[in-house]
Amino acid sequence: MGMTMTQKILAAHAGLDRVEAGQLIEADLDLVLGNDITSPVAIKEMEKMKVDGVFDRDKIALVPDHFVPNKDIKSAEHCKCVREFAYRNKITNYFEVGEMGIEHALLPEKGLTVAGDVIIGADSHTCTYGALGAFSTGVGSTDMAAGMATGKAWFKVPSAIKFNLVGKPAEWVSGKDVILHIIGMIGVDGALYKSMEFVGEGVANLTMDDRFTIANMAIEAGGKNGIFPVDELAIAYMKEHSDRPYTVYEADEDAVYDEEYTIDLSALRPTIAFPHLPENTKTIDEIKEDIAIDQVVIGSCTNGRIDDMRTAAKVLKGRHVAKGLRCIVIPATQAVYLQAMEEGLLKIFVEAGAVVSTPTCGPCLGGYMGILAQGERCVSTTNRNFVGRMGHVESEIYLASPAVAAASAVAGRISCPCRLN
Amino acid sequence: MKAAKGTVFKYGDNVDTDVIIPARYLNSSDPAELAAHCMEDIDSGFVGKVQKGDIIVATKNFGCGSSREHAPIAIKAAGVSCVIAETFARIFYRNAINIGLPIVECPEAAAEIDAGDTVEVNFDTGVITDVTKGTTYQGQAFPEFMQKIIAAEGLVNYINHGK
Repeated sequence: MGMTMTQKILAAHAGLDRVEAGQLIEADLDLVLGNDITSPVAIKEMEKMKVDGVFDRDKIALVPDHFVPNKDIKSAEHCKCVREFAYRNKITNYFEVGEMGIEHALLPEKGLTVAGDVIIGADSHTCTYGALGAFSTGVGSTDMAAGMATGKAWFKVPSAIKFNLVGKPAEWVSGKDVILHIIGMIGVDGALYKSMEFVGEGVANLTMDDRFTIANMAIEAGGKNGIFPVDELAIAYMKEHSDRPYTVYEADEDAVYDEEYTIDLSALRPTIAFPHLPENTKTIDEIKEDIAIDQVVIGSCTNGRIDDMRTAAKVLKGRHVAKGLRCIVIPATQAVYLQAMEEGLLKIFVEAGAVVSTPTCGPCLGGYMGILAQGERCVSTTNRNFVGRMGHVESEIYLASPAVAAASAVAGRISCPCRLN
Repeated sequence: MKAAKGTVFKYGDNVDTDVIIPARYLNSSDPAELAAHCMEDIDSGFVGKVQKGDIIVATKNFGCGSSREHAPIAIKAAGVSCVIAETFARIFYRNAINIGLPIVECPEAAAEIDAGDTVEVNFDTGVITDVTKGTTYQGQAFPEFMQKIIAAEGLVNYINHGK
């Protein structure tokens, strides 16, 4: 019986020739990640451990991104705790305001995640790096603490679901529509404890940013990780961003999957997840009612990359956001911000009546920078639309692509670019 | 290992970590402060009613969403002695074990136990007893590896004791 991509990476990091689904293993870690919410808890736990310091100061990434620039005194104390820990332990990859970005956009850009790595992060969207052919998964703060101290983590080897992608997405259809379609199909626990392996000739028709978005939301289907094969595009990305050696693992031909699905990318339509679960999806054509909205958010670890900025700008150019609607654009990293500035995208956003923020997770998790009042509705390119996620428990979040979000900002109601004049 | 006994708070599918502990309170990591807002966005009366030892029962995918360890910390600090569910989201499952919050997967118990029932859980055997209804259920036992972490009362002690 052969192994999946994920199983091969885990076997190699556990010093084993082979592993099988359900096996408990201890694996060496290439990177341990934390942010300003999860790291303070991890630091407190690590202090209880009888260890001298971190296992490898080059293999830890600390990215204050959720509530920075500090939103209040308590957040400032958390960030101070992370900063002092980073300096005390001489952590190479600590990113201060001015260098930081939203962690899952920042780390690949900084070349810290490459194919074949095993990465844990105390943030559920750590699964993003599967886009580059790494095994990466979200954990809690105690696992992060143990990872920082020992360089190891225990895993139960996951079984897998195979998504065979074919065809080419139509105009205005992106990675976000692909993953929302899949979550709508299998449900928010459809891949519980499992790997989601995205393969097939259709992968070549997805940009790297599309793939990051797809892998990023594997957790919204309950997945342990999402992973793509490593092709020329992924190799070009890694060569551009990283000096680190990478290892390509391919699934065996006789690898076993719990389920297999074929997704025809050319048949997908702009897809929107209705409140209050990412699985409540409808295509734009299936929405019969008129849904007026109060706010649009374009950004996050899911959709704050340069492709996303370009798509939003393409829609907003020469147009204006609807009267009374707040449109908040958040480039995910300083590099994305700078690129968007050089390409004139920020000018387009501002002229369209949108605001542009420094990188932050802020509104996605209802932290700050765009909290919703009772009864308000938001179309957001973020990843969760749970009750109260972006503010009041009686507010509503509609998850969508940057194209749909930007068009909805112009229309003042859920729309898509093909419906704008 | 000890047993749990308490009154049941019952919830449905996909109880996410945002309703267990909303992110607006994540500027704190103090267990008591987190406990004061536990379950606030799904059951605003929970904190006022919960007694030490009480038990949460839910159906599938309990704890989905964010990796925030603040969620099991808030539940534990609120006094809850055990969470029983049909299934748990995987990060919550790890976190609960790592911080020493007992959790048991048992689809039958999750389906049949009602809010307000008095329930006992024996952690050694995995047997769940609904004292109110007079029914018993066999919950899934932890693999030996996880039992060791639980016996050490969490991952930190497990590591400190040299495994």
